[in-house]
Amino acid sequence: MSNQEKHWEKSRGLLMITLAIWFVFSIGIFLFGAEMNEVTGPFGYPWTYWFTCQGSLGAFVILIFWFANRQEKIDEEFGFSEREDE
Amino acid sequence: MKSTNFIDNLPRVYGIYTGGFIGFIIIMAIAEQMGMSAKAIGIAFVAFTVFIYALIGWLSRTAQADAYYVAGRQVPTVFNGMATAADWMSGASFVAMAGGIYFKGYGYMALLVGWTGGYVLVASLLAPYLRKFGCYTVPDFIGTRYGGNLARFSAVVVLTVASFTYVTAQINATGTIASVALDIPFQYAVYIGLISILLCSMLGGMRGVTWTQVAQYIVLIIAYLLPVFWISNKMGAGFFPHFMLADEVARIGELESQFGFVKNSAADLATVPKGLAGITKAHSAVNATPWAFISLALAMMMGTASLPHVMMRYFTTPSVKAARKSVGWSLFFIFLLYSSAPMLATLSKLSLIDPNLSTGIIGKSIAEVQAIDWYQNWNAANLMFVSDFNGNGTVELNEFFMGGKAVVLATPEIAGLPYVISGLVAAGGMAAAMSTADGLILAIANAISHDVYYKIIDPKAETAKRLVVARVLLVVIGFAGATIAAMEIQGILGSVIWAFDFAMSGLFFPLVLGVWWKRANRQGAIAGMLGGLAAGTWYLVWVRTGGSGFLGITQLTFGIFGSAVSLVAMVVVSLLTAEPDKATQKMVDEVRVPSGKTILGKQ
Repeated sequence: MSNQEKHWEKSRGLLMITLAIWFVFSIGIFLFGAEMNEVTGPFGYPWTYWFTCQGSLGAFVILIFWFANRQEKIDEEFGFSEREDE
Repeated sequence: MKSTNFIDNLPRVYGIYTGGFIGFIIIMAIAEQMGMSAKAIGIAFVAFTVFIYALIGWLSRTAQADAYYVAGRQVPTVFNGMATAADWMSGASFVAMAGGIYFKGYGYMALLVGWTGGYVLVASLLAPYLRKFGCYTVPDFIGTRYGGNLARFSAVVVLTVASFTYVTAQINATGTIASVALDIPFQYAVYIGLISILLCSMLGGMRGVTWTQVAQYIVLIIAYLLPVFWISNKMGAGFFPHFMLADEVARIGELESQFGFVKNSAADLATVPKGLAGITKAHSAVNATPWAFISLALAMMMGTASLPHVMMRYFTTPSVKAARKSVGWSLFFIFLLYSSAPMLATLSKLSLIDPNLSTGIIGKSIAEVQAIDWYQNWNAANLMFVSDFNGNGTVELNEFFMGGKAVVLATPEIAGLPYVISGLVAAGGMAAAMSTADGLILAIANAISHDVYYKIIDPKAETAKRLVVARVLLVVIGFAGATIAAMEIQGILGSVIWAFDFAMSGLFFPLVLGVWWKRANRQGAIAGMLGGLAAGTWYLVWVRTGGSGFLGITQLTFGIFGSAVSLVAMVVVSLLTAEPDKATQKMVDEVRVPSGKTILGKQ
């Protein structure tokens, strides 16, 4: 397997993990919205309400930065990162 | 404004700008104390900020294609994040979102999740790869990846349908704000709004729009957050509302069960002015089925990843790496406003319905409420209404009606904040609507000038001629949008949500599979774009003309049907026809690695 194929395989793996986390926060928890809202969550808000107001939104911000850092590491590992002078 | 020196100086430039804007707010506050009229303050806020944007637009003028189409590809990560946030957050986000949450609660908040979660798809599936491609427009990517004029043209069609649906609502919003702030009839205010929009984009194209959008973001975020914090403190709800409103949310739930949601008769409702609504849904309880919530969120997320005016912002970053980070910053800046909207809705609702608060009107006598100053003002503006349906002389929860815009526009006044805050909010709404309108008009005009005129009609055209065509189109599209906005039929045309559905119907899978599936070919992409758009449009028309729909897909989520058809059509047609040639497959391989020259830069 060529260097580039390995790079793409790893990138695809990272994409799958990213989309899995994305799925949990955008869809997964809202499948159980009614049940989760009975429980008190962060800062005293009901859990589901808190996720729609802040939790999921914040999770997406963190997820994107985490993804960007991991992808940069993968690019570096296989020598595909951009040079500064380009 | 083109040296790297300017780029290095950006934090200083915008730091001074922010300081200057805060200084302006303070001067206006002092002027108000000295007796400046509310109307003069409103005019000063809108005129001053629009003048600054126009100045930035003029300073950013350019005659180079690279600067006009992609701001010279040198916009730093964080600033591109701010510009994208302004590009993204429309007049609707600014003025109407808190109102939607106020009236519909949990079910509406699917939009908060949808309009943020989509950025994960943008960052992971598309933006870095399209940046590596080095295209000027989204159809440029489609046209080069799949090859052929028909594929390129199909992408332009989808882009135009989606963006034009969106832009009339934005021009309409600038017109509404200009007409209120400047006190002129709406039909003229729309064109004043349009001229303000064109001043930002015409001379500098993407470069002008970029630097005005950063300035507009700063205005709109101050205008949104300052009142939320101020009101929360004034009500004693907590100095940092986002972490401290749990008691208020619980109190609203308590009041809701105390008052109950009494259903009004159709005859009673007929006396309520058009566009106003009462509180009929629980504030924080789960009031929608999982599928209703998830389908709306999903449609908005896939729509986000398909809207060209957002995607093209990531063409302006210096590198692929910067494009990824920039998506994170965009969402961070969007998060600041979106996480505040539910807090504003909570504060607004509690201050109006809690009988223990001095501002509460539920339980007061009708005559008493009708004598309140702010009630009279907003009633005159057709945004507030009380009526004694049951004839007991007091205002009940089901007898109080408000317009969606009133939550953002009227809450500062209800809470007793000085008028300078209302002026600030008007400037913020103007900034939000203008920045989105600019991004959209530019997306359409650039696609037609670059992809239709330059790439299809006259590939030999010189840069100067291309830029003249681009600017003429900008004006033509702007006027077309304003003319439709002035007809005030935006109830049909202005649905922002439809734009997301149109975009995802036609573009989501052709874009994503263009990067992630090498086997995708021209025939498949054309089938995906046109089939998806046609299927989505058919479903929308069918549901609106009395069709029952299926699988719980409504006129707000028709993109789910459209994109499913698009996916199937694209995969089936691709597999039935020949695989893409070696050169195309090699091109896809190159898109997948960040290093090296851009694809189009090599040709």
